[in-house]
Formats: sequence, structure tokens, C-alpha cells
Amino acid sequence: MFAWLFTSPSERRLLGTRPLKGPTPWVIAIMTFAIMIVAAAGLALADTAARVAAGAEARFSVQIPDGERNLGQVLQVVRSSAGVTNVVAVSESEMRKTLERWLGPAGASADLPVPALITFSVRPGVDLHAVEQRVGAAAPGAKLVAHRDLLGPLLRSLQALQWIALALVVLLGGACAAAVVLAARGALDTHRFTIDVMHGIGATDVQVTHLFQRKIAIDALAGSLIGAAAAALVLVLLAASSSFAGELMGGATLGTADLIILAAIPLALTALATWVARAAVLATLRTAL
Amino acid sequence: MGLRYGTGAEVLRDLDFRLSKGGFYFLTGPSGAGKTSLLKLLYLAQRPTRGRISLFGEDLTGAARDAMPQYRRRIGVVFQDFRLIRHLSAFDNVALPLRISGASEEEVEGPVREMLAWVGLADRASARPPTLSGGEQQRVAIARAVINRPELLVADEPTGNVDADMAKRLLHLFTSLNRLGTTVVVATHDVGLISATPGAQMIRLETGSVQDPTGSLRNPPGRQPGTPS
Repeated sequence: MFAWLFTSPSERRLLGTRPLKGPTPWVIAIMTFAIMIVAAAGLALADTAARVAAGAEARFSVQIPDGERNLGQVLQVVRSSAGVTNVVAVSESEMRKTLERWLGPAGASADLPVPALITFSVRPGVDLHAVEQRVGAAAPGAKLVAHRDLLGPLLRSLQALQWIALALVVLLGGACAAAVVLAARGALDTHRFTIDVMHGIGATDVQVTHLFQRKIAIDALAGSLIGAAAAALVLVLLAASSSFAGELMGGATLGTADLIILAAIPLALTALATWVARAAVLATLRTAL
Repeated sequence: MGLRYGTGAEVLRDLDFRLSKGGFYFLTGPSGAGKTSLLKLLYLAQRPTRGRISLFGEDLTGAARDAMPQYRRRIGVVFQDFRLIRHLSAFDNVALPLRISGASEEEVEGPVREMLAWVGLADRASARPPTLSGGEQQRVAIARAVINRPELLVADEPTGNVDADMAKRLLHLFTSLNRLGTTVVVATHDVGLISATPGAQMIRLETGSVQDPTGSLRNPPGRQPGTPS
């Protein structure tokens, strides 16, 4: 299956050009770099979205419209509800401090109505309706909010970004394949005379194709490894810059499976380039007699 | 059969002849008569635009493209412009047909050295064509054409660039191959070459048609019906 990779020195001399010459490896290196960065961003977004969704899935808030007045009572009700855990009260003063960051001094103004908040988690099977009723009895107007509903738009945005990243990876892969087709056709034009002589002597299309396939496979492997190394360096620097990455991506990380996917990209691109080169060369040769 | 390029007029028309297996033929005619086109048909670089062509007993008119290499490997060709691969050494150029046929390096080394010695280029084995003279290139081209002991040898002006002595040697090579069973077709203007080859037949082309007043090309003497031609 891979015999074409291990050609004899005499076969390698037939094209008269050494692999790794010309722009093909560098075009593939740039494409690999771009694909790996976009793929890493997409995978990190997926990781962030998964973590946000998991965190929000069983998390709820109670908004108490009249601030501190009923906070203690509602807190007591929530804490005593069966299946409720991790109850955290956010007082009105803490809320105002938070709002000040966004609104400035206006956030601390008494004219701005600010609810008190209680956040809590629930175990599976908890009767939320009962919790809501008890809270409502303790503090009329209090509202139970599921975090997954609050975060829905954000999660949908993250999902859209993942699809955009995937589309970009596919488009860049397509551009890489197109570049390989052009490179293969260019190589065929350059070596037209040699091919004609080989055909005249009885070489098959497959024999001729193997020469080009091998050259492009080596170019693609070298280019994709260079691109992957550059992308890995950038990703490591980004990960090391925790303040930047933390703020930008919410502490997004790449898991083992993500790293395996990223590591497979240069190999997949090499395989794609080799297959495309073979198909392009065979298709072009078939137009000859 | 007939042959035209694109939408132009036919360069070969109404050709109807047979080459006897093991025959020796000289193809002659004025420039532009269609000799090179006829040779292209013989070494399967062209297909006729009408009519039929059979080689080695097989009708190749509609043969699949993938089937052509196996027939081409049975044909040796000496091109008028040599068609040597410039970046390969003389050795590698001569070895090319053997390697394409799947011969191992051990099977290539001896015959190629021997053939290069035969054409007087033993000491030029590693030279590349651009560093060889026209005559040397022609001899490399001839060595490449005959290295595989082809069943059909087609040569276009094979002695055009060599001196009289070398022309004689090359003709001797062709006749030796012919005696071993190779059918030889040589396109040439060299009357000396023709007269030095008793028993050879002439195919004269004029304005795209074969002149065959006696009908001996259409029906070679001694040819049995069904004999491969």
C-alpha cells in the first residue's frame, strides 16, 4: 500500500528535483498553522461550553426583589428544602459592589432597586415546584431562575462559534487541497517531457503518479510538521499567559482528546495532500493518449 | 487508415500495409510526406483518426488506454530529436526501459554497461545529455531503444548525427537485432544505409500515402492468413 514511499534512488532521480524545494511545503505549513489554531480555539470553546453547561445544569437562583429584608427568611427556607445543596447568599451590598464595577457610582445609588440573590444547586429528582412555592410563601414576588435558561444565549453563541471554527477548518483544508492540486499540475507541466518519454517507453500512469505522489507526500509531511510546530508554540505561549487566556477564554483548557485531535491534524493533512495529489496527477495523465 | 491532427487535413490517408514479423523496413519519402506521423502510429504515440491498426496480432484501434503500456514495452523507439532526459545520466537514460519493466538494479547494471560499451560510450556512462555531442546523444538514444530487446524497433533518422563508421556499427546492431527476430522500421534519407542492408524492404511515403505499386506491402509474400503482423 505504501510501497510508493520507498522508491529506489534511480526512481527518485527521474524527476530531477529534490523534495522540499519550491513553495508547496510552505503553503502547507501556513495552512496547517491556521487550521491548528482555529481547531484549538474551537476545541477550547467546546470545552468551555461543556463546562459552563455542566455547571449551570443543576444551578438555580432566587431573586428577592426587596433586597435584604426577606433574605434571611428565604435563605432559611431554601437551606431546609430537601435535595438543595451549596446554598450561597449574595447580599444586596455585595450586589451593589458588583454593579459599581459596571455602572460606576450609580450602581451604589439607593434609587437603583437591587434584588438580593440566593444561589443553590439541586440533586437529581428534587421537586423544584415545591421549592418555588415555599420561597414564594416566604417572600412574595421572589423569583426562581434556572441558570441554564440565563446562560442559554451564551451557550448558543459558543456553539455557533464552534460551528464557525469547524467550517473554517474545512475551508482551510479545502484551500490546502486546492493548493496541492495546483502544485501537482505545476509539477506535471514542469516534468511534461520526462512523463512523455516514460509513457513512450511503456510506463503506466500509476508508475508516473507514484513519483509525484511521493514528492508531494514528503513536501506535505514536512510542511504540516513545520506548521504544527509553530502552532504548538503559539498555543503553549497562550496557555502560559494565563491572565490573557483566562480572561479571554474563561480558563478554557484542552483535554487529552483535544490534544490527540490537534496532533492528528498534520498527519490528516499529509494524507489529504497525498490523496489529492494522486487523484490530480492521475486525472491529468488520463487526458494524454 | 488515416490520420489528421485536430481539424486539419489528413496527413496520412488510406494507408493499407502489413509489416512481416521479423522484417526489416526502410521508410523513405520527402520531408512532410508523413514519415514521423506514421512512426508515431507504429510506436503507439498516436491513434489513427479512422481505420484500424494492429500490432503483435492484436487490434489496438480501440484498445483501452491502460492496456497501451504493455504494448509500448515491446517497442523500441529512436526519436529524431533523441528525447533523452536531460537530468539523467547516460546510464540512467539507457536503463529506463528496464527499470520501467520492473527489472532490479542487479538486472540493470550488466546489460546497460554492455550496451553503452557497444555504442562506444562506456566511459561516458555518468555524463548527462547536455554534456554529450549530438552523435553521442544519438547513440544513447539507440542504446535505450534496444536495451529491452524489443519485438519492434522504430527509428527516425537514427544515423543522422553520427559519422560513417558509427552509422555502420549502428546498422549492424539493427541487423543483429533483426536476425534475433526484431521487426525493424527505419525512417531515413540515407541511401548508403539502405543499400548496405540487403533484404530490407522499402516503404515509400508520398503526400501521406504509401506507394506500393507491386502490392507487396499490402500482401507480403509468404504471409499466411492469420499470421501476426
